[in-house]
Amino acid sequence: MKVYAFKQADLEKWVKSWTSTHKVYRAATQKSETCGAHAGWTEMTDGTMPPCGPAKSSVKTFYFPQPETMATFSAKKEDPDGLLMENQETPEEKQIVFGVRPCDGRSVELNNLPYVDDPFYQANRERTILVGFSCTEQKATCFCTQTGGSPYGTEGLDVALSQVGDVFLAEIITDKAAELVDNGDGLTEASESEIAELTSLRQAVEENPGHDESLKAKEMTALHGAPFWDKVAESCLNCGACTFLCPTCYCFDIQDEVVRGQGKRIRYWDSCMFPLYTLHTTGHNPRGKKVQRVRNRFMHKLKYFPDRFGPFSCVGCGRCIQECPVNIDIREVMVDLLAVK
Amino acid sequence: MISYLPYPVRIDDITLETEDGNLKTFKLVLENENDRQAWSHVPGQFAMLSLAGKGEIPIGIASSPTEEGHLLFTVNRAGVVTTALHQMHVGDRMGVRGPLGNGFPLSSDLKGKNIVIIAGGFAFTTLRATLLYLLANRSDYGKITVIYGARTPGMLLYQDELKEWAERDDLDLHVTIDREADGWEGLVGFVPTIAGEVAPSPENSAALICGPPIMIKFTMPPLEKIGWTDDQVYLSLENRMKCGVGLCGRCNVGPFYVCNDGPVLTRAQVLKLPLEY
Ligand SMILES: Cc1cc2nc3c(=O)[nH]c(=O)nc-3n(C[C@H](O)[C@H](O)[C@H](O)COP(=O)(O)OP(=O)(O)OC[C@H]3O[C@@H](n4cnc5c(N)ncnc54)[C@H](O)[C@@H]3O)c2cc1C
Ligand code: SF4
Ligand code: SF4
Ligand code: FES
Repeated sequence: MKVYAFKQADLEKWVKSWTSTHKVYRAATQKSETCGAHAGWTEMTDGTMPPCGPAKSSVKTFYFPQPETMATFSAKKEDPDGLLMENQETPEEKQIVFGVRPCDGRSVELNNLPYVDDPFYQANRERTILVGFSCTEQKATCFCTQTGGSPYGTEGLDVALSQVGDVFLAEIITDKAAELVDNGDGLTEASESEIAELTSLRQAVEENPGHDESLKAKEMTALHGAPFWDKVAESCLNCGACTFLCPTCYCFDIQDEVVRGQGKRIRYWDSCMFPLYTLHTTGHNPRGKKVQRVRNRFMHKLKYFPDRFGPFSCVGCGRCIQECPVNIDIREVMVDLLAVK
Repeated sequence: MISYLPYPVRIDDITLETEDGNLKTFKLVLENENDRQAWSHVPGQFAMLSLAGKGEIPIGIASSPTEEGHLLFTVNRAGVVTTALHQMHVGDRMGVRGPLGNGFPLSSDLKGKNIVIIAGGFAFTTLRATLLYLLANRSDYGKITVIYGARTPGMLLYQDELKEWAERDDLDLHVTIDREADGWEGLVGFVPTIAGEVAPSPENSAALICGPPIMIKFTMPPLEKIGWTDDQVYLSLENRMKCGVGLCGRCNVGPFYVCNDGPVLTRAQVLKLPLEY
């Protein structure tokens, strides 16, 4: 793996150079900046450095853009092939997302576990280059290390930038990222001592406490039947903010939409916090009660998903904690679950 | 890679099944030769019926893989998509995405066993597929017992076939209706009661039960009384679905995705899951 070293001004120049060949996005720093298709993100024209902590909106908007067209059809009666679905088209335009924090990078890898055979997710992965930024500072709501991540983690990233003293190191992780480097002309390779310094910063991160393994070892029914769920759910408004902001919440709804004879089958984000999500046509609802929905969200992230795929379906970005209007805190739920016998 | 594109199909025939007019069987023919070659299902699987502009719905495949050239789906008129489907005509085109789900383990765990099929109401559909499959591979199975009940004689599905099956001596068929009705000379009584009277032996046997939850609940005690255990009983779950491939999230019963891990599972497995179905 190649590692390059930059002074801040050179890094900004390098990043800016991508904008001539790619669409480059960074997190919006104010509401007025946000661009239409990807709320919370904006197209980049300079080399602005990202602020501390994860961006308000997660990178899932680039992997699950909404609405996402799954098929198109002609809804004209006289059309002989009318009403037949065609074009499972997948997007190809290259894009770079800059300044992503390691938690968000990791979320792309975690979502890939279930979505490994989904043509749209895979196409979006293929066309997106993630340029991550290690965290020298953490926010009060950050807890990536509790979920198996690290502020210096590189999972899911194509390029990892880290600040070491007053230089920035760029680790070129994937082949996909190689096109940003070209042949490396004009870039300075990092010295051995700079790389050693980054390695020691990475090693100084607290070890994974293994909460995922601890919860996997517990009986599903014991966790599901634990007495604290009513208390956790009591104040929840079922607003769904937690699921929409979460980088690892990936549920979707499918709807058909017809505009002037042209039809589309589209998918867009859905939330297990909504009663309609599971409502049967008969009126029966298997998760009709709020406590059932709240429990499902946490059980999916902390038990069902790890049982099936290994890690938690949570990267510890803390967005749900920060934005929940009634202060429901997944870290507290995790502690409660870990205490179940 | 998953394909979300339904295969184009043509409606070849529509049969009104029941006197209340709410159940119709749609005979669908895959339009493309490639799709016909690629299609392969096992009884108990389902497919998404796709009406462009209306939506997609999961429906159990009522035809057996041994019936070649077409697919059957028996659909109860319930909401948006099923109502639109009921208004379609022979010759109309639509889409089918599938087959999806696991199906009954007919060529593995159930091979060589005595099979007891217990069905109530319109949940008979995938069990009809199963029964045809068993009869087409008759020597692979032991005794076959069928207990099927509906509210009234006019609510029984597949009435012509029921008559044919009644004539066969390699099949033990018990058709019942809930209450006495004019002109009905067959059994009268609820499915659980009839199951208790027929009392199929649990020895080297498996029961496949589909019907309303209340029927399943009351069918278990008479079977348990004569020695049936939960791991011999196969059920099929239903939950709201969208993707049918384990991604959109909503069909889960705890860790179990009905679309992908099911819909078929043993009662022993069901009892370990939370009550989210
Ligand atoms: C494995 C399985 C097998 C089944 N087999 C059979 C069978 O053999 N025969 C049978 O009759 N039934 C069967 N069902 C039940 C059948 O799927 C439902 O009755 C059917 O989906 C109802 O569809 P509907 O459009 O008529 O009802 P609606 O309640 O109108 O809508 C259900 C579907 O329509 C769309 N939709 C409509 N309105 C909304 C809305 N407001 N919000 C979101 N989505 C909406 C969505 O696609 C939704 O999933 C089966 C179900 C499962 C899970
Ligand atoms: S559950 Fe909360 S902390 Fe975990 S990844 Fe989702 S938003 Fe971040
Ligand atoms: S953000 Fe908070 S109140 Fe809203 S659904 Fe999530 S847990 Fe409930
Ligand atoms: S229907 Fe989408 S996960 Fe089962």
